[in-house]
Amino acid sequence: MDLTVGPNFFFWPAETVRAFYRELAPAPVARVVLGELVCSKRLPFWQGEIPGAVETLLAAGKEVAMTSLALITLKRERKLTADLQDLGLPVEVNDLTALAHVPEGRPFWVGPLVNVYNEGTLRWLIRRGARRICLPPELTLASIAVLARVGREEGIAVEVWGHGRLPLAISGRCYHARLHDRAKDSCQFVCEQDPDGRDVETLDGQPFLSVNGVQTLSQSTASMAYRVEALRDAGVVALRLSPQSSGFAEVCSAYADRLDGRLEGPDLDRLLRPLVPGHRLSDGFPVGPAGATWSGGGQAKIST
Amino acid sequence: MMELVCPAGTPAALRAAVEAGAHSVYCGFADETNARNFPGLNFSPDELAEAVGFAHARGAKVLVAINTFPRAGAEPLWHRALANAEAARADAVILADIGLLAHAAEHHPDLRRHLSVQAAAANPDAINLYASAFGVRRVVLPRILTVEEIAAINREIDVETEVFVFGGLCVMAEGRCSLSSYATGQSPNMNGVCSPASHVAYTEEGGDLAARLGGFTIHRTPKSAPAPYPTLCKGCFTSGDQTGHIFEDPVSLDATHLIPRLAKAGVSALKIEGRQRSRAYVSQVVRAFRAAVEAEDAGLPLPESALSRLTEGQAATAGAYAKTWR
Repeated sequence: MDLTVGPNFFFWPAETVRAFYRELAPAPVARVVLGELVCSKRLPFWQGEIPGAVETLLAAGKEVAMTSLALITLKRERKLTADLQDLGLPVEVNDLTALAHVPEGRPFWVGPLVNVYNEGTLRWLIRRGARRICLPPELTLASIAVLARVGREEGIAVEVWGHGRLPLAISGRCYHARLHDRAKDSCQFVCEQDPDGRDVETLDGQPFLSVNGVQTLSQSTASMAYRVEALRDAGVVALRLSPQSSGFAEVCSAYADRLDGRLEGPDLDRLLRPLVPGHRLSDGFPVGPAGATWSGGGQAKIST
Repeated sequence: MMELVCPAGTPAALRAAVEAGAHSVYCGFADETNARNFPGLNFSPDELAEAVGFAHARGAKVLVAINTFPRAGAEPLWHRALANAEAARADAVILADIGLLAHAAEHHPDLRRHLSVQAAAANPDAINLYASAFGVRRVVLPRILTVEEIAAINREIDVETEVFVFGGLCVMAEGRCSLSSYATGQSPNMNGVCSPASHVAYTEEGGDLAARLGGFTIHRTPKSAPAPYPTLCKGCFTSGDQTGHIFEDPVSLDATHLIPRLAKAGVSALKIEGRQRSRAYVSQVVRAFRAAVEAEDAGLPLPESALSRLTEGQAATAGAYAKTWR
């Protein structure tokens, strides 16, 4: 089992992006997915960093892929998606629109925002050229095991969500702009103020969600800290780590130590808590009973 | 005339919709294969066959929604639903899952395939992919597009489009939302339910009624005021110094006044949400919309007054069809 770093969900200044990928180069991860997933309006502010980051990561021996946007509606976004093919890197499809632009026979990756819930869908994508698939975070351990087995039979890599605030929903509406009483088209890029998303609590003060432009995330950081053995036994070959604004190099090292057996579940749990935004973990999607719950290695309970 | 596609949660609602003037009625089987898997709703295979007979005898069509994402290891349940829909002589199936679309195209090639809103195909490239790969003939468009965008899509595709005009309103791209399972473990994609009643608890607390979903407080209302159902994305939350309906107000969709523009945008069919609604409601809404599409077809002004009563007590919005919604 190895580690994949997913695309950064948040709007960070170009120099922050540059430093982030420079620090990631020596990290013990096998591959990195780059690019803008959430909002095409952000891209002009940081896309100049992409070529340098790709070069640095390739030189450090990592596999690199480029993500598509998660929701493609505008003509400009369709063009951007078509142009991804010309970069000479595998494309990670996170909206099926991107697949329409992948030539038949060219291998591609599938990201966690494509609905791969069953064997039929997995096999169809593999026949079309999928070589690496990160399953949707919502899946149960039982479903993951079925799909990982198919992946193994077909000779492709099946990966799952390992660490990070969960991408729960995507919308045509920008919630960051709405919180600032602005329309999406005049957002003035207010999402830049919240490098890990803007937290949303219930009226009783329960930590709940986090908004990131048109995306809604969990406020808890999902972690497979206690599930590494179960996932490995199920045939999962990689964990996806989703970028956070601070302490990410430590997060990567901690998971690598966990995979190598230098850390146990409780050790990783203890290490991660002070590092993650909001200091709360969850693993309820694969383990049950609900996504927000945290098993703490044993029976699941609401994350508080 | 634009086709009016109406909801039927029960055989009685289906008969009511057909008698009120529905051109087509959509419904689902009583299991997790459809996205309105609510207790007491939906059809057995025998009920469906009988309902199709009733509709066909009156010139109406029946579309069967099999629009959840099949569970790994349990695909035969969804495959049987397809076979049952074809055996009942349904006019089309409404599907969202790639694997299920591929299965339908291979094993039921003569069964007309519509793409569910749950597939969230939001641009011509995605729609054309579904059309060429799986022979999809109609796409139900996600509720995130403006009328102008819908018109632009229709110029670049060969298949029909269907859009929602009335009823419940998802603010997230449908089929791509796991908010409900984050709070409750039950989701539209996997279980055909959103914010399920089984996980709702109401508690009286100091003059307020608190509504919780999976333990998370979705809203509080004074005991004397009507309490809306705690649908997660319509809840009242706090972020920083702001408290309110951060995602969407508790509103429903009403795009009646946009019917002429939707017709001009090349839309083939108008869809009414509400398979969970009563027979009386379905009958009233269908009658009003049938009058509206007939007026549009005849080039007459819309009889808008017919609909005003239906949204009484609840605010309505034109949703994403107006660009300012974003």
